Amino acid sequence: MTMMQELPQGETAPASRHPLLVVRDLQTSFRTGGGGSVRAVDGVSFDLGPGETLAIVGESGSGKSVTSLSLMGLLPRESGRVTGGSMRLEGRELRDLPEAAMRDIRGQQIGMIFQEPMTSLNPVHTVGKQISEMVIRHRGLSKRAAMDRAVEMLDLVGIPEPRRRARNYPHQLSGGMRQRAMIAMALSCEPRILIADEPTTALDVTIQAQMLELMQDLQDRMGMAIVFITHDLGVVAEVADRVVVMYAGQVVESGTVHQIFEAPRMPYTGGLMNSIPRLDGAHRGQRLKAIRGTVPPLTELPAGCRFNPRCDHATDICRAAPPVLEEAGPGHLVRCARWRDITLDLMGTE
Amino acid sequence: MRDTISPEPLLQVRNLRKSFGIRGGLLGRVLAEVKAVNDISFEIGRGEVVGLVGESGSGKTTAGRTLLRLEEPTSGEIRFDGTDLTTLSADGMRRMRRRMQIIFQDPFASLNPREKVREILTHPLRLHGIGTASDRPDRAAELLEKVGLGRDSLDRFPHEFSGGQRQRIGIARALAVEPDFIVADEPVSALDVSIQAQVINLLDDLCDDLGLTMLFIAHDLGVVEHFCDRVIVMYLGRIVETGRSEDLYARPNHPYTQALLSAVPKPKPGRRRDRILLKGDIPSPIDPPSGCVFRSRCPMASAECAEIVPPLARVGAGHFSACIKTT
Ligand SMILES: Nc1ncnc2c1ncn2[C@@H]1O[C@H](COP(=O)(O)OP(=O)(O)OP(=O)(O)O)[C@@H](O)[C@H]1O
Ligand SMILES: Nc1ncnc2c1ncn2[C@@H]1O[C@H](COP(=O)(O)OP(=O)(O)OP(=O)(O)O)[C@@H](O)[C@H]1O
Ligand SMILES: [Mg+2]
Ligand SMILES: [Mg+2]
Repeated sequence: MTMMQELPQGETAPASRHPLLVVRDLQTSFRTGGGGSVRAVDGVSFDLGPGETLAIVGESGSGKSVTSLSLMGLLPRESGRVTGGSMRLEGRELRDLPEAAMRDIRGQQIGMIFQEPMTSLNPVHTVGKQISEMVIRHRGLSKRAAMDRAVEMLDLVGIPEPRRRARNYPHQLSGGMRQRAMIAMALSCEPRILIADEPTTALDVTIQAQMLELMQDLQDRMGMAIVFITHDLGVVAEVADRVVVMYAGQVVESGTVHQIFEAPRMPYTGGLMNSIPRLDGAHRGQRLKAIRGTVPPLTELPAGCRFNPRCDHATDICRAAPPVLEEAGPGHLVRCARWRDITLDLMGTE
Repeated sequence: MRDTISPEPLLQVRNLRKSFGIRGGLLGRVLAEVKAVNDISFEIGRGEVVGLVGESGSGKTTAGRTLLRLEEPTSGEIRFDGTDLTTLSADGMRRMRRRMQIIFQDPFASLNPREKVREILTHPLRLHGIGTASDRPDRAAELLEKVGLGRDSLDRFPHEFSGGQRQRIGIARALAVEPDFIVADEPVSALDVSIQAQVINLLDDLCDDLGLTMLFIAHDLGVVEHFCDRVIVMYLGRIVETGRSEDLYARPNHPYTQALLSAVPKPKPGRRRDRILLKGDIPSPIDPPSGCVFRSRCPMASAECAEIVPPLARVGAGHFSACIKTT
């Protein structure tokens, strides 16, 4: 990530110049009981540049995980399907790629980590064996060289006595070590992209701080791009170069981390910011500016803007037609018909 | 600080311990002991809202449940409004429970899915002989209104509500018997941020309007700072620091509190360079470090930290910390 470090964060060269991953108008639907279907991801677009960290943030059910599962070809076969759009990895279309080709891409080009390490780690094999098999499969190394690589990776993620730990089964590791082992496995083939779906959500804050530091350190050393999925805006502010905010299956705002945190345009983004109790003492005892109401189920989306029933700025035009993404600044997109007319009331960030 | 605070304590806890036996083997013998709560003492004043924070496994839930004698204490004293709960008979405790309620973290698991909201809310009233069969539903409807739900919710089942709405029902149920004291065990942890803010505002209003005394258990330090008058920080079964929110957050004394606060991600762009990174994981509570329980991860620890369990020492008005290096 040498090039990136010379640029202030958030002012990276536009990812679109040489994007690694280009997602355009992605649509993913699930079949539901009774022959219906729901569109869990509805027209999501973003670019990911080399060495860049893109955060996808949104509340539960907004479509973050479905977006990442679509990218990796891991949607449940019986019920989920990408129904529109494209996902290009260095120009190569991933949509509808056969499973064998997709399997090569996962691991080799795209590594993944999840909230729960046991979704990626197999309980019946030692962690050393799991990592080395991955390297044998994707890199064609000999058994011995692959095991050396596994030990090297365990060392890199900060597991003490890596050679001994490589012989441990996942249950013999502490929670924090398991998390590290999962990261070691995901990065063992030096993927260009790491997709991390809520990797720190289940962790205590002091362990989360260790993991965030580790991921940023590994990114500095290995230069991979990261898609970081989370609902925690604090984590986003810390790790992201650029941010995509999702609501009810759509991108409602995207931009650099500075644009999103310092000058959000979409009332939903502003509402999320105001909902976080801040550790600064300045607002103690004040009421939080909560967003009213709840996220609508995908089967009961309101007409017009999907956020309008919860929005303080909504007027008739917001109920009349669904807003499109408009450019509010360089690389700053906002899905709000009224963004030019309104000023968001943000609680101070200092 | 809420203006309802008076210095007179409603709850006094002295040297409270709660251990769990870990059984195993063919005979189910106790193989090891977890000291989930290990000699904690504190007071909560009438009308005060006290936050209890600490990482997973530090003993917060056990402390909260033991206070209400939902778990039997291993030893120690719990005085509620002058009465020692640990020596109270089952019947005496049942009557006392009317004054002490709990709100759970999981709004999905804590409500019986087969009961309508009407039953969920009138149950505790019947149990404690409050009101008559005919006026209890009205009382339930009033409670719903108090937590921002309509009367039409009475005839619906829990699954028909969202997570935030279910948590409101859990709050209404706790309020039904008009308690003086509530243990709220991570009441917003399972909720999305926008809903979390709504529920915190609701709890805030209820504490002010009803003069409730509350022990608010959380691992989110931001929520606690926002909402609580005073904070207790636990680590591996022990209290390491306690103080008024404004003091503890502005001037954390214990190395653990300092690390915990610095670990909280701030919604302000940029990589954090000022962070105190702790090494390693939280040790097993079956075999905690001798002396200071935090010493295995503490950046300041030295040999003498293994020797004695540091007592809580005064570092400011109402501010205490258990560290031989910083006090
Ligand atoms: N296998 C599935 N079948 C049907 N619907 C699904 C399936 N998986 C996800 N969905 C729906 O798709 C929508 C988006 O879900 P998704 O898991 O992407 O949310 P998310 O943003 O990751 O939320 P969270 O923060 O809770 O992880 C939700 O409404 C969800 O119910
Ligand atoms: N019934 C039990 N039997 C055995 N051990 C228990 C029992 N309940 C709790 N413990 C242990 O006691 C310790 C404290 O647990 P407790 O649930 O009180 O922690 P906590 O601070 O509430 O954690 P969390 O943030 O994860 O809710 C843990 O090590 C836990 O495993
Ligand atoms: Mg998800
Ligand atoms: Mg707990």
